[in-house]
Amino acid sequence: MAEYIITTEKGKWEVICGLEIHCQIISKSKIFSGASTEFGDDVNENVSFVDAGMPGMLPTLNEECVHQAVKTGLGLNAVINKYSQFSRKNYFYADLPQGYQITQFEYPIVGEGAIDVDLSDGTSKTIRIERMHIEQDAAKSIHDMSPTKSFIDLNRAGVGLMEIVTKPDFRSPEEAGAFLKKLRSIVRYLGTCDGNMDEGSMRCDASISVRPLGSDELRPRAEVKNVNSVKFVMQAIEYEAKRQVELYEKGETIEQQTRQFDSVNGVTKFMRKKEFSDDYRYFPEPDLPPLILTDEFINKVKSELVELPDAKKARFVKDLGLTTYDATVICENKETADFFEKAAKGHDAKKVANWLMGDFFAMLNEKKKELKDSPVTAENLGALVELITTNVINGKTAKDVFAIMAETGENPEKIVEEKGLKQVTDTGAIEKLIDDLLATAADNVAAYRGGKVGLFGWFVGQVMKQSQGKANPQVVNELLKKKLG
Amino acid sequence: MAIDNNTVRQIAFLAKLKVEPDKLEETKEEFNKILAWVEELREVNTDNVEPLVSVNNESLTLREDKISAGHNAKEILANAPAQEFGYFVVPKVVE
Amino acid sequence: MSELVELTVSESLKKLRNKEISAVELTQAYINKMQDNAKYNAYVTLNEEKALEQAKEADKRYQNGTNRPLEGIALGIKDLFCTKGLRTTACSHIIDNFIPQYESTVTQNLLDDGAVFLGKLNLDEFAMGGSNETSYFGPVVNPWSKETKLVAGGSSGGSAAAVAAKMCAAATGTDTGGSIREPAAFCGVTGIKPTYGRCSRYGIIAFASSLDQAGPICKDVADCALLLNSMAGYDAKDSTSSKVEVPDFSAFLGKDIKGLKVGIPNEYRIDGMNEEIVTYWDKAAEILKNAGAEIVSISLPHTKYALPTYYVIAPAEASSNLSRYDGVRYGNRVDGNGLDELYTNSRTSGFGKEVKRRILIGTYVLSAGYYDAYYLKAQKVRQLIKNDFDKAFEKCDVILTPTSPIEPFAIGDKKMLENPINMYLNDVFTVSVNLAGLPAMSLPIGLSKNGLPLGMQLIGKPFDEGTVFKTAYQLERGANFVRM
Repeated sequence: MAEYIITTEKGKWEVICGLEIHCQIISKSKIFSGASTEFGDDVNENVSFVDAGMPGMLPTLNEECVHQAVKTGLGLNAVINKYSQFSRKNYFYADLPQGYQITQFEYPIVGEGAIDVDLSDGTSKTIRIERMHIEQDAAKSIHDMSPTKSFIDLNRAGVGLMEIVTKPDFRSPEEAGAFLKKLRSIVRYLGTCDGNMDEGSMRCDASISVRPLGSDELRPRAEVKNVNSVKFVMQAIEYEAKRQVELYEKGETIEQQTRQFDSVNGVTKFMRKKEFSDDYRYFPEPDLPPLILTDEFINKVKSELVELPDAKKARFVKDLGLTTYDATVICENKETADFFEKAAKGHDAKKVANWLMGDFFAMLNEKKKELKDSPVTAENLGALVELITTNVINGKTAKDVFAIMAETGENPEKIVEEKGLKQVTDTGAIEKLIDDLLATAADNVAAYRGGKVGLFGWFVGQVMKQSQGKANPQVVNELLKKKLG
Repeated sequence: MAIDNNTVRQIAFLAKLKVEPDKLEETKEEFNKILAWVEELREVNTDNVEPLVSVNNESLTLREDKISAGHNAKEILANAPAQEFGYFVVPKVVE
Repeated sequence: MSELVELTVSESLKKLRNKEISAVELTQAYINKMQDNAKYNAYVTLNEEKALEQAKEADKRYQNGTNRPLEGIALGIKDLFCTKGLRTTACSHIIDNFIPQYESTVTQNLLDDGAVFLGKLNLDEFAMGGSNETSYFGPVVNPWSKETKLVAGGSSGGSAAAVAAKMCAAATGTDTGGSIREPAAFCGVTGIKPTYGRCSRYGIIAFASSLDQAGPICKDVADCALLLNSMAGYDAKDSTSSKVEVPDFSAFLGKDIKGLKVGIPNEYRIDGMNEEIVTYWDKAAEILKNAGAEIVSISLPHTKYALPTYYVIAPAEASSNLSRYDGVRYGNRVDGNGLDELYTNSRTSGFGKEVKRRILIGTYVLSAGYYDAYYLKAQKVRQLIKNDFDKAFEKCDVILTPTSPIEPFAIGDKKMLENPINMYLNDVFTVSVNLAGLPAMSLPIGLSKNGLPLGMQLIGKPFDEGTVFKTAYQLERGANFVRM
């Protein structure tokens, strides 16, 4: 395992980090109300009386949010708790209309789990999940529209969230980054969260502390709130760990505190100490009886589970002969993996993988297109590879054909047919071209036979040119060698 | 478990209520009277007793995921003490 | 026309169906009475114009035969039920200008059955109180008052007084620790708090969610059955509302109670109880015995702890339920320097003394370090109280107790005001029922020597309002109480 040790003149330090990740649940309506979860609608339009905390309004639990949570729990290889309970977390805040957040405290819907992450040195590490619970999101106010006022838009208030809490298992920024990528990949595979950190649909808090290497003490931690990209989480851990080490080495102490990450300067900044106002007075939500899940419900969710990245990767390596690296890259994103499988069906999978990760992705990049909008379909990519493996066209022609496919979206057979690009494998035809060439280039033939073997490439080039690139290069090679003696 | 003036202040802070300094003593006394009274509960042996969570023992019923509310910003804002551009307005919150 | 207001709901319906009277004249009679009796301060918001329109519509329906079960019956609505377009205040300054854009399920059920709404009725602020004296709009005066103005009871004081003084045919109430039954007893009317979960809480301003339950306050037992038939039922908008089927409560009236076991809890014979009430309690048992019931002695050993349990749980839930009143989205706002001050100023000036007291207590019992000792402990004792009833109901079918240990007292009574606990003690016979989620009815049994009404309480098994109704009907017949 790649060790991450902070070494100073005075000593060696180890980082201890745990993550809490809030994932917005994909559902049509909010977790406790029938208002839409749609993002970007007009101000306060996706708000029910429940979301606005109007007098006498009561929450009702969205079945889909429970379904999505169980699915995610299964994806995290975690225990699904058949008994769970909602609680109120009480505090006053502009973005919290009820004056409390409905969340789960003592009895979360998902218990302990674990996922494996792959590290750059080729090793992997198991990260343990402590729990996952479901709760409602807060509203999102606008604070920069006026120097004296804040503007409250309740559209986001009440959108369902899954909060995933890990054990403090991270020992390096890289591990945390790899975990977040893996988690994002899992929830996207499952379709339970879109995983877009920059849009805030996945948000991460990191609890960070350090300790002298080899010790097992637990020192006060700093909680860095709401970091919105994988890169920033890694930066925040790196910066915060160094900061703490410096303080300890100066003989100072660290108090448990909340910090925020300044992504412009790559530093964490003090927000507040843990204090009296953090007394959230949790108690069981009296408006919602306990949630009891039946085996039937859980089994139904299980039966709907898709193949997750790890399983898919293993299968691609074992059954399709992909390298671990290729399989990892292709499986990170379910759409890519699905596209690949469709393209590879019945064709040379390794070649398809090469084309996909090479020319195909380069083309998407250049055209700034998403996979789903690709002009080259999975079937057509597979067909192109098939034309190569069956020697209908050669590699060079294939690149030209692919360029046309990218422009027109046509299928490769049609392009090859129409443009007459089929390679010539007919020995008779190629023999004729060679004979003609040798007859007109007697000087070079003599030179070659006299020892200038370097001229062989020139002969090949001339024959290919005469064939307009369609001659099978291998056949040309063999015949030329024979004829030149 | 008698409480002091400072606890009254902290509780009032959490509840977002103001207890005027000259009412602090009186509030505390009253508080302590009520607390002393509810402390009778300590006499009850509750070993191995589960707290009552739901009086009817009925499990939570789940709602179908469909949109049944919203697009009524006017009604949501109908009673707002202050609003601008469709937003509720409050004094600036420093994040 | 004034005799119209003497009619019970069942009598009115009969005359309306026979077209002996019109809904408009019936409604107008109540409106006249509301004006005559304004001195009782029962109503805080009037809806007269709209009520007459509704009555006109009702008359049309009687004409064309599309009349519904409560067509044209003029009701008063406790101002804790949100009524669309009609100011709803919980009798608190903090939302004394609030116009709901939605209708509570219970009031919607009543409207769907053809009821007419005369206006909104006074209550203790956010239903916190037992004398209606914590209302921002001032106390309700008990219509039975002689020289001294007496309390109507609370929190549904306006509802009980309005029914007693014939300012509506019947009223809605809510009951968290006795808020339907105590005022009903104090005002000589009949009220039932059904099983927790019978009536939807959707649109009822919450006090203590695990205890709150709506029910009717009426002139008699039969009217309670009619009203509850309309109010009760499963509602998907309230996750605590029950799917247990609602029977026709009227079908239990007049049913035989031969062999029915009526339990008398030993622990309810408390020190200092009004002697007359004890006498009436015995009399009530006698009436039921004469009707064929068997009187059995039962024990509810944790009775003593019901009040302390209640006064931990109810304020705890209330402190959280009332957090939403922050001056941001509705209600009164008092600006300050920054959002935190806005919250504090709005809440401090918006809530009354008793409400603030309970919010503080509730906040304290939930706070870190005290949760286990108070809140959790109380929820455990609550379980024991419920177990007591489960056990008692193995021995009996229904339980008979007085509703209140005292008769109505004077408004501004020093003893009650100087120590809140003295006021809380009045709930001694009613709170256990809420803690255990049971149905219970209060009905008048007779007058004290001061000429004031006294009430008896019948407690049933969960979802067995039927037995409560049939027992109450017999007790009502035997007591032969003369309404005001």
